[in-house]
Amino acid sequence: MSTITGASVVDTVDQGGPPAGGGSTGRLGDRLMAGAAKGAGILVIGLVVLVGAFLLSRAAPALAANQANFVTSRVFSVDGGTLRFGIADLLWVTLLSSVIAMALAVPVAIGVALFITQYAPRRLATPAAYLIDLLAAVPSIVYGLWGAKVLLQPYREHVQDPLAHALGWIPLFRSTSVSAGTILLVSIVLAIMILPIITALSREVFAQTPVAHKEGALALGATRWEMIRTAVLPFGRPGVISASMLGLGRALGETIAVTIILSTLPGGAPWSFSVFNGGETFASRIANNAAEFDTPAKTGAFIAAGLVLFLLTFAVNAVARIVIERRKAFTE
Amino acid sequence: MTALAPPERLTVVPAGLAKPSGRRSVTNLAATVLVTLAFVIAVVPLVWILWTVLSKGLTLLFDQQWWLNSQRGITSRREGGGAYHAILGTLLQAAVTALISVPIGVLTAIYLVEYGRGRLARAVSFMVDILTGIPSIVAALFIYALWVTTFGLDRVGVSVSFALVLLMVPVVVRSTEEMLKLVPNELREASYALGVPKWRTISSIVLPTAFSGIVTGVLLGLARVMGETAPLLILGPYSKSINTDLFHGFMAALPTMINQDRTEALQPAVERVWAAALTLVLLVMALNILGRVVAHFSSVRK
Repeated sequence: MSTITGASVVDTVDQGGPPAGGGSTGRLGDRLMAGAAKGAGILVIGLVVLVGAFLLSRAAPALAANQANFVTSRVFSVDGGTLRFGIADLLWVTLLSSVIAMALAVPVAIGVALFITQYAPRRLATPAAYLIDLLAAVPSIVYGLWGAKVLLQPYREHVQDPLAHALGWIPLFRSTSVSAGTILLVSIVLAIMILPIITALSREVFAQTPVAHKEGALALGATRWEMIRTAVLPFGRPGVISASMLGLGRALGETIAVTIILSTLPGGAPWSFSVFNGGETFASRIANNAAEFDTPAKTGAFIAAGLVLFLLTFAVNAVARIVIERRKAFTE
Repeated sequence: MTALAPPERLTVVPAGLAKPSGRRSVTNLAATVLVTLAFVIAVVPLVWILWTVLSKGLTLLFDQQWWLNSQRGITSRREGGGAYHAILGTLLQAAVTALISVPIGVLTAIYLVEYGRGRLARAVSFMVDILTGIPSIVAALFIYALWVTTFGLDRVGVSVSFALVLLMVPVVVRSTEEMLKLVPNELREASYALGVPKWRTISSIVLPTAFSGIVTGVLLGLARVMGETAPLLILGPYSKSINTDLFHGFMAALPTMINQDRTEALQPAVERVWAAALTLVLLVMALNILGRVVAHFSSVRK
């Protein structure tokens, strides 16, 4: 599998990639090939810019006609003539479910990556890594079905009810009247979904730990765990942070699994901080209402929600990229 | 690679050297247990999910009807019918997606590895990363805003493919790029030394050497887009009948077939939902495994 956050040749130009420009003769074939390659690159930039520009241009009229505060309002009513919509609820549920998913997935992913790179015998390491990668091959709609039809019962009995019983005095764990899928169940399923992403990149950086560092630690009498703590983990930290951000980005935008599992709340439901509440994320709100995209104004409201999601994932992915970039500056 | 001595041997301490103190040994043991436990925790959901779809969906897959018939005229109450229409839709849409994504992806990778230097190349590389992280629902909304709202066209099979292109291009770029980087520079230099122009070097030396790696990337990319549901929800309404026309009419796909009946309580419909889920899992995993088998026979290795 290829790297997830790309380390392009262009980013490591001093390390001597293939000779650029060499061999070019200015004949027709060369000009065509160079032009086509450059054109494809520019097309990719154009696509991302277009996505942003288009969403913005379609969302702008709806935002202008919006009679509620877009950021702080909890209403999302687009039926009838007037538009009143805000993203407060969506933002809360999206961030809460994704952050919990990341918090659940990162420790396990670090453990799995350490197991594969540092503990498992080499013969077992490859199949073990492949097994974890297979988790990424399960389609998200299957995760959704499994979460809603199979995991729901054991989750309620063994996780939600005991937690609500023991920690119910904390607003985060207060029990609610929602009987089907809750935010915490979504977080657990999302954690499983982003686990292979975080593992793959962490594995890659752990495997790159300089052998001299590891042998040095062992030669000084460190146990295997002390070697990992002093050599492998510090070396891999930026990679793990970057991987976690990528996982977070994936969790923020996950659509169908969240749509299937999370119970929607009726309009005007009281605000709750609880992870045992229902609700909708940006993506699931859009998916739940996909059938109602009839007038441009109405669609615009949902595109505005999509635009916020785009900006959110853009920011998270850019941070992931910057973190891994800084690591490169360190190791060179 | 200077192999690290097997850690088992490292615990054998020459006489005279102290063993790690009790507390340190216990910490070390606890870490080993926790790390192994993490792996087990990660495998449990995989086994559980595979077991669920296998046990609930396998019986229908042995029925010949499943592979040859559509759902036309079949209600939730009735047994029978197949997934032919949905499998066909998924494969057709994926094929068109690959047809568009592969040239763009491979050319972009060629640009990044063979031509691109400086600010533009860095911008391309950055945008590929951003594209990798774009949620599928955002890609679908973009195509909807372009295709339906702006051009006033219908939601048809090919509009789904356009949304999937946005998701597949970055996968193809990154995997092709990895492979092109592995092609030894000596090959390129030898070709230049023989007076072969750069475009011929790329098309007849670099690309063939990296070919199997590129195929792997394409297969993994296909595996990703075939399982996507969000673009279908917005751009590809479900139909129970067979439709091979990507430009007219609604077209079924496996994810929408699952989505259609997922809230049904009637047994025949429930069975079909799980059978469709199993079919999708098998399809995606087959592509995944095929991709890795191809990679195994690659001529350039890490």
